[in-house]
Amino acid sequence: MTHTATPAAATPPASPAAPPKSRTAERSLARRALARPEIGALVAAIGVYLFFFVAAPTFRQADSFATVLYQASTMGIMALAVSLLMIGGEFDLSAGVAVTSSALTASMLSFQLTANVWVGVIVALLVSLAVGLINGLLLIKTGLPSFLVTLASFLMLQGANLAITKLLTDNVATDSITDMDGFDQAKSLFASEIGVFGVDVKITVLWWLIFAAIATWVLLRTKFGNWIFAAGGSKESARAVGVPVNLTKIALFMTVGFAAWFVGMHLLFEYNTVQAGEGVGNEFYYIIAAVIGGCLLTGGYGSAIGAVLGAFIFGMVNQGIVYANWNPDWFKFFVGVMLLLATLVNLWVRRQAARR
Amino acid sequence: MDLRLNRHRRAGLAALATAAALLAAGCSSQGGKKAQEADSGIAAGKADTPRLRIAMITHAAPGDTFWDTVRKGAKSAAAKDNVDLVYSSNPSGADQANLIQNAINQKVDGIAVTLAKPDAMKGAIAKAKKAGIPVVAFNAGLEQWKSMGLLEYFGQDENIAGQAFGKHLNEIGAKHNICVIQEQGHVALEARCAGVKKTFKGKTDTLYVNGTDMPSVKSTIAAKLKQDSSIDYVVTLGAPFALTAVQSAKDAGGKAKVATFDLNKDLVSAVQSGDVQFAVDQQPYLQGYLSIDSLWLFKNNGNFSGGGEKPVLTGPAFVTKENVDTIATFAKNGTR
Repeated sequence: MTHTATPAAATPPASPAAPPKSRTAERSLARRALARPEIGALVAAIGVYLFFFVAAPTFRQADSFATVLYQASTMGIMALAVSLLMIGGEFDLSAGVAVTSSALTASMLSFQLTANVWVGVIVALLVSLAVGLINGLLLIKTGLPSFLVTLASFLMLQGANLAITKLLTDNVATDSITDMDGFDQAKSLFASEIGVFGVDVKITVLWWLIFAAIATWVLLRTKFGNWIFAAGGSKESARAVGVPVNLTKIALFMTVGFAAWFVGMHLLFEYNTVQAGEGVGNEFYYIIAAVIGGCLLTGGYGSAIGAVLGAFIFGMVNQGIVYANWNPDWFKFFVGVMLLLATLVNLWVRRQAARR
Repeated sequence: MDLRLNRHRRAGLAALATAAALLAAGCSSQGGKKAQEADSGIAAGKADTPRLRIAMITHAAPGDTFWDTVRKGAKSAAAKDNVDLVYSSNPSGADQANLIQNAINQKVDGIAVTLAKPDAMKGAIAKAKKAGIPVVAFNAGLEQWKSMGLLEYFGQDENIAGQAFGKHLNEIGAKHNICVIQEQGHVALEARCAGVKKTFKGKTDTLYVNGTDMPSVKSTIAAKLKQDSSIDYVVTLGAPFALTAVQSAKDAGGKAKVATFDLNKDLVSAVQSGDVQFAVDQQPYLQGYLSIDSLWLFKNNGNFSGGGEKPVLTGPAFVTKENVDTIATFAKNGTR
């Protein structure tokens, strides 16, 4: 991954240059809105929504929309953390299997020790954070690109998921922990449903939006947010002005660890048993969601709201294709086309915005 | 700029012309699409019952021949029963549950689902029942379909099939086999190998391969055979993998023999030629067909098989050199 400072990275959106007073304030507001990274994703999201609204009658129902939001939320929580990491200039290819690792840890630890499930949940959090920490330390100590470091940890986790599960349970899936102490409490936190206007919406949707609000606040209103933009924009310049680049990157990897833990807990308490082989390949979807949302692959530019929209687009495409009853053999092909179009719309909108 | 465009266009035309000429000149005197069309599939009449919409939701990974056969069975039942078949699949438990939710939103008249990850399906299936949609299970979930309160089950017991497989290996005098699992973390596949291990008197080793990457499957099996020369049988869990294992055995010196679970067209030929010793068939066509047909029966006449108590078993059916010829004709259609 190269770190070329983009003009956008030089001035983080946190402190936009004061617009010249000669124009009307309204104009400058519009300009500022158009210069935001997520504006392209917003246009693309509206486009995709309208498309499926016309193409698939079932898509218009409220319960269908709840399904779409749910699909988007589990991916979106991860995409948020991954987008922060990408703004900070790094990749994490181990994010997909890390979710499964976390769920396996919580489930098996509780079961093997016959402990309250909260014990497993807490230990899983520590393990997930440790994985993030190790990823970050490896990156800094070796000086290798994060693409390679996390590719290695991805493969190691994938192997460990299966081997440890087999070792402890003699099976490839965990034992059910539904009847153990604390399960119901944890389920209500991670995997319950809330009624909104008579439609059951999964609680992950709520968490997703809460996390998105926190991430946006951190990016735009805190010192740490500035550090993220600076570290991703240009490492050397950031160091020169006193930004703790290493600390920032380690914190970002640990944020991905936290998100992986949260989504892993949802999967565990929603589906009761965890398959050791799942989660592979999802890391690319997180990256795609972040990119649709306006993150640059080179770092230093992007937004949390963009990642929300990116995951939302992905959820709409994923379920919309089924609602529209298209031939499932072409499913992945359609997903690819949709994502390409969304990314292109995004790029085009951003160019238009820059031209003004 | 214009000039270059013209040159490109000319090059394109030339390429097209060449391709057309090649196509015209390169007809094959045997095989291919024409031969395939000559072998007609199964077709029955068509019911005049009201149009139904039935969703079939499986855990199939893309590109597995087994599921083509399941879908063919489902399609012919749908064509006969005036059913609009909505097929979707995803190997991940959470995503498969989402697809069930999706079918509920579409207000389908019935759902046929595979329970490879039964715990993950519980919530979605309960919702389907709440919405008054009849649900049948097939292919996977023999242990759980009843407790989930499903209507009926069509399939084989993977562990029992594995045990039958192990017994057959004893009969033909095998000493040491490797059981090749092509998808890490797949319960049904693990159950088969566990069944083989249980009844097989010799030694059974498990070998994991990456089923989505055939070259690596081939080299992994070959490496294992070279590393341990006492292995005399390779047990695979899917027809494409058996055919690959035959090549691996050749690479490794050709001492080990191959036997497999599940059939496809090419595998039938391999049993005929003796490359593969035998196969255990669970009749995927039948699973797909019965799942759809049973929902049609239930909707139109309230019938259900097995009385809500017992599964309807579609296997294990052994395919050996003795009986392979009768099956070969059906396999040609891609329906066995």
